[in-house]
Amino acid sequence: MNQLKNTAMEEPLLAGGHYNLRLYVAGQTPKSITALANLKNICEEHLVGRYQIEVIDLLEHPQLAAGDQILAVPTLVRRLPTPLKRIIGNLSNMERVLVGLDLRPVAAP
Amino acid sequence: MNTVASKPAAEAQPLAKARTGITGLDEVTLGGLPAGRPTLICGGPGCGKTLLATTFVVNGAVMFNEPGVFMSFEESGDDLIQNVASLGYRLDSLVAQKKIAIDFVRVERSEIEESGEYDLEGLFVRLDYAIKSVGAKRVVLDTLEVLFAGLGDTQILRAEIRRLFAWLKERKVSAIITAEQGAGALTRFGIEEYVSDCVLLLDNRVSNQVTTRRLRIVKYRGSAHGTNEYPFLIDAQGVSVLPVTSAGLAHSASDDVISTGIPGLNQMLGAGGFYRGTSILVTGTAGTGKTSLAAHFVEAACARGNRCLYFAFEESPAQIIRNMRSIGLDLQPRVDAGLLRFEAARPSLFGLEMHLARMYREIEEFAPAAVVLDPISALRGETGDVHSMLLRVIDLLKSRGITAFLTDLLSVEGMDKADAGMSSLMDTWLSLVQLESNGERNRGIYVLKSRGMNHSNQIREYQLTSQGVKLVDAYLGSGGVLTGSARIAQEMVDADSAIRRAQDNERRHRDIQRKRAALERQIAELRAELEAEEAEAQKVLQHDEEIEKRIQAERRAMAVQRGGPAS
Repeated sequence: MNQLKNTAMEEPLLAGGHYNLRLYVAGQTPKSITALANLKNICEEHLVGRYQIEVIDLLEHPQLAAGDQILAVPTLVRRLPTPLKRIIGNLSNMERVLVGLDLRPVAAP
Repeated sequence: MNTVASKPAAEAQPLAKARTGITGLDEVTLGGLPAGRPTLICGGPGCGKTLLATTFVVNGAVMFNEPGVFMSFEESGDDLIQNVASLGYRLDSLVAQKKIAIDFVRVERSEIEESGEYDLEGLFVRLDYAIKSVGAKRVVLDTLEVLFAGLGDTQILRAEIRRLFAWLKERKVSAIITAEQGAGALTRFGIEEYVSDCVLLLDNRVSNQVTTRRLRIVKYRGSAHGTNEYPFLIDAQGVSVLPVTSAGLAHSASDDVISTGIPGLNQMLGAGGFYRGTSILVTGTAGTGKTSLAAHFVEAACARGNRCLYFAFEESPAQIIRNMRSIGLDLQPRVDAGLLRFEAARPSLFGLEMHLARMYREIEEFAPAAVVLDPISALRGETGDVHSMLLRVIDLLKSRGITAFLTDLLSVEGMDKADAGMSSLMDTWLSLVQLESNGERNRGIYVLKSRGMNHSNQIREYQLTSQGVKLVDAYLGSGGVLTGSARIAQEMVDADSAIRRAQDNERRHRDIQRKRAALERQIAELRAELEAEEAEAQKVLQHDEEIEKRIQAERRAMAVQRGGPAS
């Protein structure tokens, strides 16, 4: 854990490091299915081989919602590398997702 | 509760209500907030929304066995526990007992990136989980509007909030949603559109540098409710609302007479004292002994075993007790015995409504038979406000049959404006005056009015002695009532002439006696003379008889000698 964190901190933002992602959904709604599909696409494109996606269905584990401060669904939480990041929505806007995951700096024109 | 907007339909199917357990609020709402429905509490910052909501949940858990969920969007659970601990709420132990669940929802815009469609199902899941974890019947969402600051898509938010209210209703939980008041609207983001059942508006108003909290029921669908603005109080005992309205004039009148504590004053009042449950006003300029009169009244009430509540606005209890010792009244034992309670507070400490509120609560709690307000002139505010406040105090006391004893300090100029329009509210009005003459001031008391009894029309002088207030017998001379040394001088003049009169009488008495003695002597002399004459006459008569007898005897002897028959 510590090791991972350290590497993440030392390496430049756009460079590698392991991505631990969690997607919170509430049931198999169209929004959650779209979100998971979008997420997989993005990861395959930008984080091949160094990501891990965990899908949590809040209807099955409602007690987990408070811990990660989940309010909206779907919510994507980047647990690693730190700091913790939250992206809400069905992830259809890829630009915003990349910014949110620090995979792309805030768009400089 | 006669100032209630009643709707005839309300009687057909009474609405189930969730009692708040907050003093007064249950009365104003005629039973509590709507059970199983959401209630909106709105108001500006710092007016007590969170506290009212917390009280609702805590009371539900503690008093009515209805567990609750507190979902906070503003304060973390620890902060919340700490904040309400100062009011005596032990949230942490209630949480440990699974009677209350606290969930802090942190919404930080900078941490959230939005990408595409979403909904607030996460919130629903959390709320549902919290409700199930304690079996909650009550829910508080403390300031839901924080969401508007944290999330960008207001369209989604509005739709979701609408859904949330419907969802809460479906769950049949009694919910409180708090919201900041917006400019020109009840809430900043128009949440009131979605809550149509019950809306309470809290307000924190400053006038004359004094703050007063007020509560108003803006609407309450399906129920009658009080429509006024009610002052409410937040202090160490929590929240209390004061449904003090100008009640109807329906209080019963008692024929019981209670002593004023001063024998002379009792005599001045035709009934021998005050009627129980009436209001008594004592007016007077500085130093006329208003408080002393009040102390006598209190002492008399305590001596009867009645409880007294003394609201002091200008002196501390210790000071009053010490000062009253100087006129021979020791109130300390009464305080110790629990018969007398002092409540002292500077009038400027809170607004009028707050004073009223405090009094209301004290009276509720102590249930006294008599209440003293000393002095009402210390209460600051617009004349109209003071008047309406006192009106409500007196109404409150009358409706409970409590005797009210009010003192009022008059400025030296006079009493025109002094009574704050109070006179017509008062049943008995005693006026204390300084009678100025011959270079001295003396105290005089008279009964200006006393409803329902004949009373003295005299101005009586009274003195503050070490044995208490003493009414001096009035001197009524040709020049009217005399007081002080003028009275004493007049009394001396009177005494002088009385002595002279007595001496005169004695002399006359002696003269007559002498005359009588002389006359009697004369009578005796005359009688003696008469007796002497009578004795003389008797003697002559006897002598004559003896001569007659002798003549007859001689005649008989001569006849015998001649041999004739005895005649």
